[in-house]
Amino acid sequence: MLRDLRRIWAQALAIALVLGCGIMVLVGAQATQSTLIQTQAAYYERHRFADVFAGATRAPEDVVQAAALIPGVAQAEGRISFQAVLDIAGMAEPATGRILSLPAAGPALNLPLVRRGRLPDPDRPDEVALAEPFAEIHGLVPGSRLRGVLNGQLRELTVTGWVLSPEFIYTMPPGAMMPDDRRYALIWMTDAAAAAAMDMAGAVNEIAVRLARDGDERAVIAALDRLLDPYGGTGAYGRDRQVSHAFLDGELQQLGAMAAFMPPIFLLIAAFLVNMVLGRLITMERAQIGLMKALGYGRADIAWHYLKLALLIGVIGVLAGWGFGWWIADAMIGLYGDFFRFPFIIRDWGTQALVISAILGIATAGLGGLRAVWSSLKLPPAEAMQPPAPPSFARGWADRVLTRIRLRQTTMMIFRSIIRWPGRAVITLFGVSASVGVLVMSYFMFDAVERLADSVFQQANRQQVTLMLAHAQSDAAVQDALTLPGVLHAEGAYAMPVRAVHGHRNRLTALQGHFPDAELARLVDDAGRVVEPGASGLILPEMLARALDIRAGQVLRLEMMAPPRAILNLPVAEIIPQGMGQEAHIAAAALFDAMGSAPQVNMIHLSVQSDRMDDLNAAIKETPAVAGLSDWAEVRRQFDATLSENLLTMVGIYTLIGVLIAIGVVYNAARIQLSERSYELASLRVLGFSRAEVGYVLVGELMLLTALAIPLGWGFGYWLALGLVGAMSTDMFQIPFHITRRTFALAALAVFLAALGSVMMVRRRLDRIDLATALKARD
Amino acid sequence: MVHDSSPLPVFRAEGVTRVYKTGTVEVWALRGVDLRLAEGEMVVLLGASGSGKSTLVNILGGLDLPSGGRVFFRDRELTQASDRQLTAFRRDHVGFVFQFYNLVPSLTARENVALVTEIARNPMTPEEALDRVGLAHRMDHFPAEMSGGEQQRVAIARAIAKRPDVLLCDEPTGALDSKTGIQVLEALHEVNRDLGTATVLITHNAAIQRIAHRVVVLADGRVIRDDANAERVLPAQVSW
Ligand SMILES: Nc1ncnc2c1ncn2[C@@H]1O[C@H](COP(=O)(O)OP(=O)(O)OP(=O)(O)O)[C@@H](O)[C@H]1O
Ligand SMILES: [Mg+2]
Repeated sequence: MLRDLRRIWAQALAIALVLGCGIMVLVGAQATQSTLIQTQAAYYERHRFADVFAGATRAPEDVVQAAALIPGVAQAEGRISFQAVLDIAGMAEPATGRILSLPAAGPALNLPLVRRGRLPDPDRPDEVALAEPFAEIHGLVPGSRLRGVLNGQLRELTVTGWVLSPEFIYTMPPGAMMPDDRRYALIWMTDAAAAAAMDMAGAVNEIAVRLARDGDERAVIAALDRLLDPYGGTGAYGRDRQVSHAFLDGELQQLGAMAAFMPPIFLLIAAFLVNMVLGRLITMERAQIGLMKALGYGRADIAWHYLKLALLIGVIGVLAGWGFGWWIADAMIGLYGDFFRFPFIIRDWGTQALVISAILGIATAGLGGLRAVWSSLKLPPAEAMQPPAPPSFARGWADRVLTRIRLRQTTMMIFRSIIRWPGRAVITLFGVSASVGVLVMSYFMFDAVERLADSVFQQANRQQVTLMLAHAQSDAAVQDALTLPGVLHAEGAYAMPVRAVHGHRNRLTALQGHFPDAELARLVDDAGRVVEPGASGLILPEMLARALDIRAGQVLRLEMMAPPRAILNLPVAEIIPQGMGQEAHIAAAALFDAMGSAPQVNMIHLSVQSDRMDDLNAAIKETPAVAGLSDWAEVRRQFDATLSENLLTMVGIYTLIGVLIAIGVVYNAARIQLSERSYELASLRVLGFSRAEVGYVLVGELMLLTALAIPLGWGFGYWLALGLVGAMSTDMFQIPFHITRRTFALAALAVFLAALGSVMMVRRRLDRIDLATALKARD
Repeated sequence: MVHDSSPLPVFRAEGVTRVYKTGTVEVWALRGVDLRLAEGEMVVLLGASGSGKSTLVNILGGLDLPSGGRVFFRDRELTQASDRQLTAFRRDHVGFVFQFYNLVPSLTARENVALVTEIARNPMTPEEALDRVGLAHRMDHFPAEMSGGEQQRVAIARAIAKRPDVLLCDEPTGALDSKTGIQVLEALHEVNRDLGTATVLITHNAAIQRIAHRVVVLADGRVIRDDANAERVLPAQVSW
């Protein structure tokens, strides 16, 4: 067996690598997924992550006790939470902070984990603890100071420590698309200090509860909503709507999709390859097999001899897959560490995936081998000892056509070989198109993200800065904004958190009021069309409409979650495709008409001279009417930086995988061709054909198949990408499905080059054939 | 046509040696062979198995290079030629016929011949070449559909279609019975006679030597006999 293995080691290795790729994805994704799941579970448990969350404008402290008494609730905790603008030394633009109060008795839910220093002292109202990522970036070690505008008052705050919390494993600033650790801070402050700053003594505006073991989440949410309704409740929600948890869960779902989606393709190809290579090996050893049979070896002995080889390939593939899988899991967990802040990692090796992948991998190789072995066993010994009959070439219709068009004979050889062994051609076609497909799918991720970025930054949000106003104001505020330094153009907007209710379904979302002729912030659908809300009625993105089970023409109830707390019943005018969209839209005129109030704005979008951003930032730090600011250019920079790093890693891995399949398939096909036809090809050299001309017969056939496989692979990739979109879309967002020509071209190019490289490697062997020897030995 | 009357022979080999090294063992396949082949001459090469016949013919045909000595084709020294030049030499000047035909199985008889006529400088048509070996009626058959003798005649047609200057045949009748063997020899004989192609014919069959102008016998890598035949016979008169 070792002798056989030595003979076909390069081919065996190529197969093992393809097999290994499948196993690598399976083990890598599974190990990452289970590591994250276990880490998440342990973190939630140890730090008592709450199950249901609710907000209100201002509720008396005793609602917390009332909440704890709701059936199904094990524990309840209240706190004060509000936004603040921060002025950090060394940073021109203001940062935004979310202040969270720490109960005087010490937190019982969502326990902050002190990573450095200590929590603030109840006797020192100016002490705060910061979320570790923000503090780390700005070097705000315990003892450092920062300035913040809290409730319109400028305050000097002292840092006491760095903190992580299970509530903020993933931190998204409000209204942002990506985490922004530099410009968004979480700040823990003692209850007394927060209450004093916000005039909220004896009151809370957020409640978190932990469910009893048999607690019914839906019932608790409903009860909390009823409880908080008099106090301006903004709607209770479960973990599924908690930003940090929802993102982490979405990511875990995507990993699961990857583990289920990709490996079968590789395993199938590997099975075909084992079959092809072993089949060839057995053909070459017919005589030996016949001899063994004649000597009285049983079929089982012979079958076992070759099957061992297949299984060995399986074992190598599995081991390689495990190794690479762990390596990838490490890399991915590292990447996730940039987004998801865990204080610790409980590494899981994906034992289950290891077992499954070992079984799948070895079974794949074994099944591929079994088929090849089977056909050889059927031969009676006498026939097996004869050399195989020369292949006969039938004259089908295809052949008549080929003869008619008077090709060069070397080209004719290529076509005849394909027609004579269609099964092999199909395997090559299938394998190469699969690798094109994998590449199309992976490059498609770039397309999707670019499209998202384009839609968000180029089409929808063309403003450089958005100011969040502390309170809604008349549209005169827009004129005032024009006087800020560097502002070229200002545009008002009105956004309001709402609960959308249709039948028994409801969703927490936001309602956006659009003023006519907006130039900066516009509503854009997935096709890039700018949608102008009509005179009346709502515009909903598809996903929201689906979640609410509502169609155009039906009426949607919107309950505003902040003052003026109006309840509106509005007809849905249009449903638009918008992958990133979660919000309801309406023309400002229609909105204020329905509310029966004068037009107002609570956001102002600005276009700003780029060289005057610093002046603007400085001015805004001093403007109490502004509660927050988004710098879209900065958001875009962050978005690009984070995504390009992550995507490059992922795309690199997939490219490697796609290219490995192409190499595995084409290299094996070429080696088999070479071993079967070396005699024939050497004959051509004897007749005076040059190396290049002879190489053409070998290279030409495989490259022709590769060329044919590319369009098939495009189709396959299209289908894979569609599947990926389905598997990866979460409640939070949907990946836009649009594949660019660049993706198709790149995938084709990469596979073409990989195939060419593989054939050329085999061609070099062909070039080295010693003519005199080749002619002497038949096979 | 006497072997040394021509001032410039087709082939001239001087002190050709060929050593095969397998591991530490050295096998001397040729130990200093001198040989000339005149224009239009037909030479039969005899010798025991392992005496170096194939090695010599492969070197003459540019398939192999000697370890020592010099080989000339007309005024060109093959022993100085590059791989590219040897390929061109085979393409333009040499026709090979081997014991096992070496046809391309995926091409019909006509296509096998066309393979060569497509790259030759001044070829005959595949039809003419096949007609010469008496196979006009089997042109569209694949090798697997033909007898050994027919396949060998296709190989000859393919070798002569380019109108080569020399024809090198390594046991062309080795795999054939005597009747088909004679048909093959007749084809070779006619080509030599009608086209004046210088021919070297390796055989184990001493009976065949009588159809040649000259007989060269190798033993243990040396020429031990080199005699002109006083009288030639036609292949049809040979029997074994
Ligand atoms: N590639 C090779 N490697 C090692 N030795 C070789 C090789 N080719 C030939 N020989 C040796 O060189 C010697 C001459 O071989 P060659 O094939 O020329 O003999 P031959 O006269 O053609 O024999 P036959 O009549 O059996 O064909 C033999 O001893 C053979 O074993
Ligand atoms: Mg020989």
